[in-house]
Amino acid sequence: MIKPELLVTPTSVENVEEVIDAGADAVMIGEERYGLRLAGEFDRTAVHEAVKLAHERGVKVYVAMNALFHNDTLPELPDYLAFLDKIGADAVVFGDPAVLMNAKQYAPKVELHWNTETTATNWYTANYWGRKGSARAVLARELNMDSVIEIKENAEVAIEVQVHGMTCMFQSKRTLVGNYMEFQGKDLGVEGRSKDRTLVLHDPERDVKYPIWEDWNGTHIMSPKDMCIIDELDELIDAEIDSFKIDGVLKDGAYIRDMTGLYRQAIDQYAAKPEEYIEEKEAWRDRALALQPDNRELDTGFFFKETVY
Amino acid sequence: MRTEVKETAAADKRVITKKPELLAPAGNLEKLKIAVHYGADAVFIGGRDFGLRSNADNFSIQEMEEAVEFADRYGAEIYVTTNIFAHNENMEGLDVYLREIEAAGVRGIIVADPMIIETCKRVAPTLEVHLSTQQSLSNWQAVQFWKDEGLDRVVLAREVGMNEMLEMKRNVDIEIETFIHGAMCISYSGRCTLSNHMTARDSNRGGCCQSCRWDYFLYEDREDANAESGNALFAEEDAPFAMSPKDLNLVQSIPKLVDAGIDSLKVEGRMKSIHYVATVVSVYRKVIDAYCADPDNFTIDPEWLKELEKCANRPTAPAFFENTPGYEEQMFRNHKQKTPFDFSGLVLDYDADTGMVTLQQRNHFRPGDTVEFFGPEIERFSMTVGTIWDDEGNEIDAARHPLQVVTFKTDQPVYVHNMMRKEL
Ligand code: SF4
Repeated sequence: MIKPELLVTPTSVENVEEVIDAGADAVMIGEERYGLRLAGEFDRTAVHEAVKLAHERGVKVYVAMNALFHNDTLPELPDYLAFLDKIGADAVVFGDPAVLMNAKQYAPKVELHWNTETTATNWYTANYWGRKGSARAVLARELNMDSVIEIKENAEVAIEVQVHGMTCMFQSKRTLVGNYMEFQGKDLGVEGRSKDRTLVLHDPERDVKYPIWEDWNGTHIMSPKDMCIIDELDELIDAEIDSFKIDGVLKDGAYIRDMTGLYRQAIDQYAAKPEEYIEEKEAWRDRALALQPDNRELDTGFFFKETVY
Repeated sequence: MRTEVKETAAADKRVITKKPELLAPAGNLEKLKIAVHYGADAVFIGGRDFGLRSNADNFSIQEMEEAVEFADRYGAEIYVTTNIFAHNENMEGLDVYLREIEAAGVRGIIVADPMIIETCKRVAPTLEVHLSTQQSLSNWQAVQFWKDEGLDRVVLAREVGMNEMLEMKRNVDIEIETFIHGAMCISYSGRCTLSNHMTARDSNRGGCCQSCRWDYFLYEDREDANAESGNALFAEEDAPFAMSPKDLNLVQSIPKLVDAGIDSLKVEGRMKSIHYVATVVSVYRKVIDAYCADPDNFTIDPEWLKELEKCANRPTAPAFFENTPGYEEQMFRNHKQKTPFDFSGLVLDYDADTGMVTLQQRNHFRPGDTVEFFGPEIERFSMTVGTIWDDEGNEIDAARHPLQVVTFKTDQPVYVHNMMRKEL
């Protein structure tokens, strides 16, 4: 059985070490200026340290550059990409074609992973970006299991899916939280709008809370529950999906470390003794649930959902 | 397109001869005809498949043929939106559909998904391919990428401002289309799945139910507290958190857009009424024409701004044109605003000898009401409605029924397809 890569987004260099200890095969890191909704902020020094540390342990490092870039940031791309090439980052995660074009020139040794978040929805387009130089497609979270597997069956690039964590529902360039505070006459200098503030929007209709924050890339709104399919990995492993991602955004390092460990064991168990894994499915879910903060329920994302249009 | 300026020595006056295309929306054939009649150079329509806005009226292939035939007579172009992000199951039938669109004589399609771009190039190579705003195209290198991919035109992200457009124009030689008027997403287009989460409807395949325009309540979350307990970031009297953007309106910026050489100026709203389309298109037609005829002496006629307000169902703002919009460009508490004017009738005929108009009723009016007529052939005028007759010549006390045909006397001559509106 081919085991999928277990990819994790850690919060810090120390946390990189922890998730590697816990069994991660790869980590995705980066800085807010170029990457979207990261679990932690890694400046160049931190990225370099993480690469050294990970490579010693045979673990890969992917760097997020999947922001939507405006003209003003373009001049920074060559230098950042050349830096990543030099330190030996394993891949650059991109959504904007500008990154792809620059990467070919300034980071020829670095692999490219296509990740536009919501718009990676069919295998033809995954292969299209493959022909443009991408080695991997990160699928939209809004797909169900059958669609994911059908994409994999027809894909000429590696396929990555998120198996755990929050998912993004909305990104605006507007400063929506700040705008609301300003509208209320609050002092923006005092009020925090960043991830650290743990702000939520309450939706009275569905009685759920959506995490919301503002950063360099605008305003982000996240799913009310964490998706978790630790008990439904068999079909995806059988389908030979190449990479499983645990997204650590808005979680602390300990949680990410422990969840990584859990998925490591679950994957290994299925690879070694599939019957045991099948039998233990419920227990896997309970173990994941035990790690959850009280205010974050689990669901299965869109894997088993019917979406109409 | 580069703006071409002609110096006419005799008049010693600058004239801009290459105008940008005024591109209007149309949800059906009637709207399309009105858009062209009121001055649109091109119209974008939706087909039955592969487009967003699944609930807007859409065109069958036969209707597309009719649309093209009509538009041809006026030298107008037709584009078809096929801007979903396709899922595997949507790939079926695409070849046939694109070939049919091509055969119908449509000029081009507006596309977001590279799958559709490549399929079109393969099976329907004479169609122009325009990149949809759904790709949220925000920088000039990405514009260059799509040019290299063989696209004929790109529609920019709504988040792109004037200076950014200028830089794109400077760096890449490709047709650029940008929105100038209408409703828009408050998210980056294509990057919002609120509806997928909240109502299991896929926004990137036309299922959006505008969840961004609902009310929410902002709290600071802590593990030890639920949303109702004390962590509210609003006081009781405050409006709830909302993300409702004011509609886009760039009428004042048309000169800048023309000078920048932007190729196509796009009005949003395939679901809007013929009254809306007629009003918006006719105002922008006047602005573009007036500016290009005499750029040096151009001023905005306050009348144009007033006209636009008459069909607006929400307040408007320039969005990202100059800066990132603040709270002033959003709506809190009241997300809707009633249109100040009712579209009350469409002129079917006019008898110059008797001065009588034959009008199709679109909203209630009665003798004594003050109404105004407008249209491309006339100067807008107000008048008081006198006696009204129905189509059998009976005097009636009010025009009550939608689409009812009535006649009455107008103060000034009117023309077929002129419209009558009434202040509320
Ligand atoms: S919910 Fe709002 S922002 Fe999202 S797709 Fe719909 S209109 Fe756009």
